[in-house]
Amino acid sequence: MDGSTGVRGGMLAAARGFWLGLVAMTAGIVLGSLLLISLALVPAAGIGLLTTPYAVLALRAYANKRRELNAAWAGIPVGSAYHRLPTEPGLSGHFKRFLTLVRDPSTWRDLLWVHADGTAGAVLAVIPLGMIAQGIFGVLLPWLWDPLTSGGTGDTHWYLFVPVDSFPTAVIAAGLGVLLIAAGPLLARPLMGVHGRLTHTLLKPPPKDALTRRVSELYETRHDAVGSSAAELRRIERDLHDGAQARLVAMGMSLGTIEALIESDPATAKKLISQARENSAEALTELRDLVRGIHPPVLAERGLGDAVRALALRMPLTVETDVRLPDRFEEPVESAAYFAVSEVLTNAAKHSGADRVWLDVHYERDALRIAITDSGRGGADPAGGTGITGVERRLGPFDGVLAVSSPPGGPTMVTMEIPCRPVRP
Amino acid sequence: MRVVLAEDLFLLRDGLVRMLEAFGFEIAAAVESGPELTEALAELRPDVAVVDVRLPPTFSDEGLQCALQARRERPGLPVLVLSQHVEQLYASELLADGNGGVGYLLKDRVFDAEQFIDGVRRVAAGGTAMDPQVIQQLLTRRERDRPMAALTPREKEVMELMAQGRSNAAIAERLVVTERAIAKHTANIFQKLQLPPAEDSNRRVLAVLAYLDHGSSS
Repeated sequence: MDGSTGVRGGMLAAARGFWLGLVAMTAGIVLGSLLLISLALVPAAGIGLLTTPYAVLALRAYANKRRELNAAWAGIPVGSAYHRLPTEPGLSGHFKRFLTLVRDPSTWRDLLWVHADGTAGAVLAVIPLGMIAQGIFGVLLPWLWDPLTSGGTGDTHWYLFVPVDSFPTAVIAAGLGVLLIAAGPLLARPLMGVHGRLTHTLLKPPPKDALTRRVSELYETRHDAVGSSAAELRRIERDLHDGAQARLVAMGMSLGTIEALIESDPATAKKLISQARENSAEALTELRDLVRGIHPPVLAERGLGDAVRALALRMPLTVETDVRLPDRFEEPVESAAYFAVSEVLTNAAKHSGADRVWLDVHYERDALRIAITDSGRGGADPAGGTGITGVERRLGPFDGVLAVSSPPGGPTMVTMEIPCRPVRP
Repeated sequence: MRVVLAEDLFLLRDGLVRMLEAFGFEIAAAVESGPELTEALAELRPDVAVVDVRLPPTFSDEGLQCALQARRERPGLPVLVLSQHVEQLYASELLADGNGGVGYLLKDRVFDAEQFIDGVRRVAAGGTAMDPQVIQQLLTRRERDRPMAALTPREKEVMELMAQGRSNAAIAERLVVTERAIAKHTANIFQKLQLPPAEDSNRRVLAVLAYLDHGSSS
């Protein structure tokens, strides 16, 4: 919506409406007709096959421009959901593009819109300026009534519902005109809103498209989730196999040897005992690290808030935490959020050159909101590292989103949002 | 010396009972859940409690909470907390009341029976027994602080052992120097960190821990 208020804002809206009306009418005739003609020419030796893609794409370019204007002027953003076009070169590519365009429901919605917008939409848009123009004409009637009606002897001139045939009736008409001039700018902005909603209704992607997109999103995040959990299990298996399991085998062997040596060679047996003890300590350390990577104990014991506090304390750089969480959350959400924070903090410690990090975690408007800012040099490329992609994958199944802002020179700020509901512990 | 022990896993509980008895402790009670622990601490008034962080029925940090609650009701009640993992966060909570008689050790430390029993005795006597891992984490975080940077490597070593709760005699034995040398290092550490000097060795340890935990001498 335009920032200016009052009469100026109203006048601006009226002028914009008028301009929109003119453009819409012209586009309705030119672009709308071109596409219809082009489609009609498809049976005529396939001429339409060649021209239609151009006509559709021109219409799309115009529609996209109008989507922008709708957001800027009426404050109503309109999405689009055009199918992706094949990029293949040559005639066969052209034909494939034709087929894709014709099959895309958005093409037909655009066509419907450009005609409706060029007629009903255009009329709606020009009404405010039309009222002002009509009002000015009314105000001038006390001077014009005489020549218009040949001094009251000719035909009666109707101004709206007022029969103007004398000076008094012309003055009444002038009064009406003043009202119209005043009403035009007042109505201009509400009408711009109505026009914007009309455009939105006709131009927005069909609901089925939104659904289709959601399905492919879900497919992707599910695929990622299954894939990463399989990789995770594989890693755990390998760690256990090479770590704790191997150490327990070594311990068992040592104990067997100790049993054999304990009487004949107590000195060696004693050495083996201390070796076995070392092995068991190592196995425990490895298991502890492994457990931390699967589900950190503090998270299980205290929930997300204290878990990220404990995490912050364990970082080699100063992390100032501001954590305000009312309740616990579902365990998978807490776990995803924890590992996301952990990954981002680790990145900050490793790559940013920061000596200070601010971690803010709170719950607001049905979502867990996390912001991590560091005092480092910035310039982090979210596309470059695997870490950020990993975090996105973790958040994906919960419809969580992540944004990275890292201008050169810093600071780097990572924000995450995970829609969720608190649960009582 | 009478001990109340809280550990939910039978094998560990049994092992701890055996070890403590072998070193001459009297087991007043060996319980396996939070509510039982609270009851035992209130009724049996033991000389020291050895408590696992995670206990039934919630399997959250029930043991730690019971211990903290009991210490609020009986300030200075000696409690040694055992866990599969150590967290600075928990250590800070245990140390927060500024009274001695707390310990926080990894369960692995029971491997070295003598060291472990030494820890229990220290806690029972009002001292502290902090896991080397906790102290290591604290030191790493404070490393860049200016007063810390002024310490010599030897002084840092002494400080680390001191923060774990060891007496000057024990530190001297570990570093193979005389007790007088350690006393001198200690005095230097306190001066460099601008900590008020303390005669009592438990107070000294608590001062060092508070410094490491909060990073200021005030």
